Amino acid sequence: MGVESPARQKKRFSRFATIESLLMASPTDTHAEYLDPILSRHQHNANDLLQILIAAQDHYGYIHSDAIDHLSEQLKLPRSKIEGVSGFYSFLHLQANGEYRVLFSDNITDRMLGNMDLMQSMCSQLWVEPGKVSEDGLLSINTTSCTGLCDQGPALLVNNIAINRLTRERVNAIAELIRERVPVSAWPAMFFAIEDNIRRKDILLDSHLKPGSALAALLQRGTHETLHEIRTSALRGRGGAGFSTGLKWEFCRDAPGEQHYVVCNADEGEPGTFKDRVLLNGYADMVFEGMTLCARIVGASKGFLYLRGEYRYLLEHLQAVLQHRRQQKLLGSNILGHADFNFDIEIHLGAGAYICGEESALIESLEGKRGTPRNRPPFPVTHGYLNQPTVVNNVETFASASLIALHGGAWYAAIGTDTSHGTKILSVSGDCERPGLYEYPFGVTVAQVLADCGAQDTQAVQVSGASGVCIAADEFERHIAFDDIPTAGAFMVFDQSRDMFEVARNFVHFFAHESCGFCTPCRVGTSLLSNMMDKLAEGHGSPYDFAEIEKLNALLQSTSHCGLGHSACNPVLDTIAKFRPAYDKRLAQKDFVPAFDLDHALSQARQMTGRDDTGAHLERSHE
Amino acid sequence: MNKDVTFALSSAGVGESVARGQLDRGGVAMNNKPATFTLDGKTIPFSAGQTLIQAAMAAGVYIPHLCYNPEFKPHGSCKLCTVKADGRHTSSCTHQAQDGMVVESDTKEINDERRALLQMLFVEGNHFCPSCEKSGNCQLQATAYEIGMMSPHFDHFFPDRPLDASHPDYLLDFNRCILCSLCVRASRDVDGKNVFALSGRGIKSHLIVNAKSGRLADTGFSGEDKAAHVCPVGVILKKRVGFAVPIGSRSFDEQPISATPHPGPAAATLPPHPQGACPVGPRSNAATLPPHPTVKDV
Repeated sequence: MGVESPARQKKRFSRFATIESLLMASPTDTHAEYLDPILSRHQHNANDLLQILIAAQDHYGYIHSDAIDHLSEQLKLPRSKIEGVSGFYSFLHLQANGEYRVLFSDNITDRMLGNMDLMQSMCSQLWVEPGKVSEDGLLSINTTSCTGLCDQGPALLVNNIAINRLTRERVNAIAELIRERVPVSAWPAMFFAIEDNIRRKDILLDSHLKPGSALAALLQRGTHETLHEIRTSALRGRGGAGFSTGLKWEFCRDAPGEQHYVVCNADEGEPGTFKDRVLLNGYADMVFEGMTLCARIVGASKGFLYLRGEYRYLLEHLQAVLQHRRQQKLLGSNILGHADFNFDIEIHLGAGAYICGEESALIESLEGKRGTPRNRPPFPVTHGYLNQPTVVNNVETFASASLIALHGGAWYAAIGTDTSHGTKILSVSGDCERPGLYEYPFGVTVAQVLADCGAQDTQAVQVSGASGVCIAADEFERHIAFDDIPTAGAFMVFDQSRDMFEVARNFVHFFAHESCGFCTPCRVGTSLLSNMMDKLAEGHGSPYDFAEIEKLNALLQSTSHCGLGHSACNPVLDTIAKFRPAYDKRLAQKDFVPAFDLDHALSQARQMTGRDDTGAHLERSHE
Repeated sequence: MNKDVTFALSSAGVGESVARGQLDRGGVAMNNKPATFTLDGKTIPFSAGQTLIQAAMAAGVYIPHLCYNPEFKPHGSCKLCTVKADGRHTSSCTHQAQDGMVVESDTKEINDERRALLQMLFVEGNHFCPSCEKSGNCQLQATAYEIGMMSPHFDHFFPDRPLDASHPDYLLDFNRCILCSLCVRASRDVDGKNVFALSGRGIKSHLIVNAKSGRLADTGFSGEDKAAHVCPVGVILKKRVGFAVPIGSRSFDEQPISATPHPGPAAATLPPHPQGACPVGPRSNAATLPPHPTVKDV
């Protein structure tokens, strides 16, 4: 036995000292100290509750119970509401969750790049179980839904900041930095070097739009005329739903209300999608300019960018762009010298909830509530933020609108196909040589994209993320277009070595994790589905389970409250239909097998009694 | 979430609803006759702003429901009241009636779906009807009878949900919570107390109370509250009266839920429904739901 070095001893004690200080720090006035500046920054506005909670959490890494007392008193909100909101978002914690909170991105593309082994390695190096806080309170390690770095995975978030391209060396280095208690801000910058990986540029990514030029075009052409150009361009929403942008703006403009609002949906949570990340990093001016155009057209003076929590590392950059635009008179009051043109943009952060990408859930979240989708109608265009007329559009939609304002609707409409005009940015990831962003005019074939990204021996492509469609080789001549394969942008490639059952299982787990829990079919159904897929994975599946999955799918599609429940069974149904052998090889049984595994249930008893002989096993005991 | 194809359907509805607004199908028809829709072939009149379930209930037609209570703003989460309106599935508690609408409710297809939703609610929580003091007054149980649910079908989740017996007069048994949030709405909108709220997400959603300790005794809750009397299942229970009315003589033992004018705890105090209006005879066995089978019904 070696003698502990004084340095090491000191380190050990200092770790204990910190936990103690964490536990001791509770008088309410301590909390007032860091909470009051946050509260005044938000003018004690209860609608900003989520933003306040995100900022408050930074202090201890979780929201202290006494902090809730203070917030409750200051915001005049019941404690139950604050706890209810905190409990909804994955990135908010009501209990200590470690000084270092490591979350491994767990999209299927991360899995394909070995994220599970890397997580296991980090866990064993730091003596912590996944999903639990280390005994000394230093850290926790867990998985999280796709972090939008599929082109440079495997990825993780540490205290909400993204790290890409994980390797065994990088994981070892991170473990060491945590063990040495080096603050994340002092970690090597190369860990956080997120790349854009733009591989194919077309009108949007190659536009070099000069900030202010689209606004100048709008002012010159006129508001009404610019809306006409947007209508002429036939631009449709790029978030996947494809509603006419011009029509949406017109509905909002015509809707009565005290205030109108413009919201940019940057809650890019669909697994495999990362185009908004790149647009916000390199083309933020175009996006903000598109929002400002929209504001002028619908008569809004306030806008929001709802930025997913996973992209928090972009926040400073985006704030700087906004500030620069204010200085250039492209934002704020008297935009470009027009006394009646006033508009500003506030950035709101998400906190780990895919459902907030659904526009009405996003609005609830903007209002500081749990992100539960609203009943529709009424739609946001008439009853959105604070029940006022609100336009919610995707990042790419606003950027495209800037282009249209500058070059005209006819120019834009001439690109693409007869039914799908303009270009679409695809986020390509998975089994290919050159993952990244590819912008194409609508109508490009899947085969073309595969050839361009250097995909070989491709078995399948999942287009538009977990809620999209799975395309098999005989469909590769199909086109990316609203009337063939519509997409929000994800394009995940799987070669012949991949197990399509595991792809579907990953997506099903994702939906179960992200269901908001509001309606019965989605809340319970996605978990049932997830359990059924696990049952198949464990070799207990039978054809009975296929029938059950189909029944569940029908129920979720007809009775769910929103699109999450409607599409939760898609990945399974698609892969059953197209990759049946992946399922068949798991069907050890032809007849029904109960989900309850009696032998497995005895494992705890075996562990307690230290037995593992034949007699301690159910199946073998009958032999 | 970047909305996929299915979101397109709901988005397309924007134009549709605007178009409908212009036609003014809600409330009064163009020719000034009272507006009506048909429900399973029966003509149902309605007044402006009424939802399908409101109009149906006013006309004495039962549509199964759990999270809906006529006294509160509907929110449409349990989905039991799902109907097909002009061929599309919708929650009848939130969908506004429109003139000429064709609505299907009591069909095999929809009742099969409702049965599956009920089964989901049963396996999600821990519902042991034979030992539950709410048996016979429970809307979940009564609706399961109504829809002919004979087994839970799905695998039980067996969640670990502690009881809260801290309050001197009331008990909270979270095992039976179906997350209808009626107590949340009652406490917030009627009592002005916000004693209850939902926390968590997805299958981990759960009811919480407004106290740092997490105990009901430390909230402002009182037996006088509206929230004390709206739970459709057996979560919020008054202590020491559990079996004052014996099982077998309770609301839904006397008549099925479809014949009970305003289902819920208040129903027990209402005069019995006139004989003859009751489509299904009284149930003497209502207190014992079919036991949870150990073998799944295939």
